[in-house]
Amino acid sequence: MNQVIISAATEANPLVPNVWEMGVVLVGFAVLMFIVVKFIVPMFEKTFAERAEAIEGGIAKAEKAQAEASAALEEYKQQLTDARAEANRIREEARAEGAQILADLKEKAAAESARITAQAHVQIESERQAAVVSLRSEVGTLATTLAGRIVGEALNDDERSARVVDRFLADLENQNAGAAK
Amino acid sequence: MHLPAILPWGVADGFSKQMLLVILSVVIIATFFLLAARKQQLVPGKLQFAGEMAYGFVRNSIAKDIIGGKDFMKYVPLLFSLFFFILVNNIYGAIPVLQLPSFSHVGGAYVLAGIVYVTWIAIGIRKNGLKYFKLATVPSGVPVYILPLIIPIEIISNFLVRPVTHSLRLFATMLAGHLIVMIAGSGIEFLIMQENILLKGTSLLVLGGAIAMYMLEALIMALQAYVFTLLTAIYIEGALHADSH
Repeated sequence: MNQVIISAATEANPLVPNVWEMGVVLVGFAVLMFIVVKFIVPMFEKTFAERAEAIEGGIAKAEKAQAEASAALEEYKQQLTDARAEANRIREEARAEGAQILADLKEKAAAESARITAQAHVQIESERQAAVVSLRSEVGTLATTLAGRIVGEALNDDERSARVVDRFLADLENQNAGAAK
Repeated sequence: MHLPAILPWGVADGFSKQMLLVILSVVIIATFFLLAARKQQLVPGKLQFAGEMAYGFVRNSIAKDIIGGKDFMKYVPLLFSLFFFILVNNIYGAIPVLQLPSFSHVGGAYVLAGIVYVTWIAIGIRKNGLKYFKLATVPSGVPVYILPLIIPIEIISNFLVRPVTHSLRLFATMLAGHLIVMIAGSGIEFLIMQENILLKGTSLLVLGGAIAMYMLEALIMALQAYVFTLLTAIYIEGALHADSH
């Protein structure tokens, strides 16, 4: 009876703790702390660290890709410039070559025409020479014949008449050369 | 006041429902977070995300923001355990069949506040040596003639009153909430048993009030877990940086 009254009195004061409940809370909290320290916090922290690393790694990778892309772009631009310069150079060369070929052809054509002209001159000269030679003999003969007919048979002395005709023609030729000069 | 024990049945100082719930809370918290942290994927699933949110809340919003610096990680396990241990044990009060916040029994609150008390004093001494007690009780920049007045007040408020308020705040809010909801429940039962139909009808008013109080209690249960953990962080921070306070 006495025991019950004391028990009831202590129970009635809410500020007086039950020692067994304190023990349970203490042990329970200690167990929880142990699990948290040993497993839960390290597991979460590991995940957090891995995630941060993955994100930072991703950023680094993206930056690297960016750098590579801009390097490639630079290279392409360089190649394009080179190709343009090359094309210009080839075009210039072609133009120069064309001009050269044209000049050569012109020169060749001029030489050919000069050669043809010279040949023609030579031919004309030789033909003229031939004509002069044939004329000379024929004109002499004709003139002698003509003169003989006019003057009579007296002039049939061939030797003399030929000399007269030759002299006459030489004079004529000299006269012609003097006029040409 | 207290329910009789479960084992042995009906004896005052046996294994009680409160003890069972405390043990259950440890199982619940450990199971939940071990499951949530088990897979450790970089892109979290739903469970892992919930676990990370909860863990990140204590880690960043309490430990990192209050203690800060490089060494807050050392105190994350304590703050994390405290927060969820108190939260789960408080929420019991809002679950119909369980309906008993563990810390409405003062013993648990004494134990947790005691652990925190010993912890922050130990941190203070380890950080500053025995000079810590001078740093904690003699504020700098105070005129010498006020010191005889200030020092006793600081001693009382820091070393005597602090653990008491720390534990009783949790205990009192839980007990009061528990009592109000229980009284409202009993009141509804009493009124509904009345012969008078009008008196019977007033039970509806009490029911409405009881539901509102129930919601308020649910809020306070979560809030007190946060407050207790926040104060712990503040005490630890004060002990760590006693020389700059």
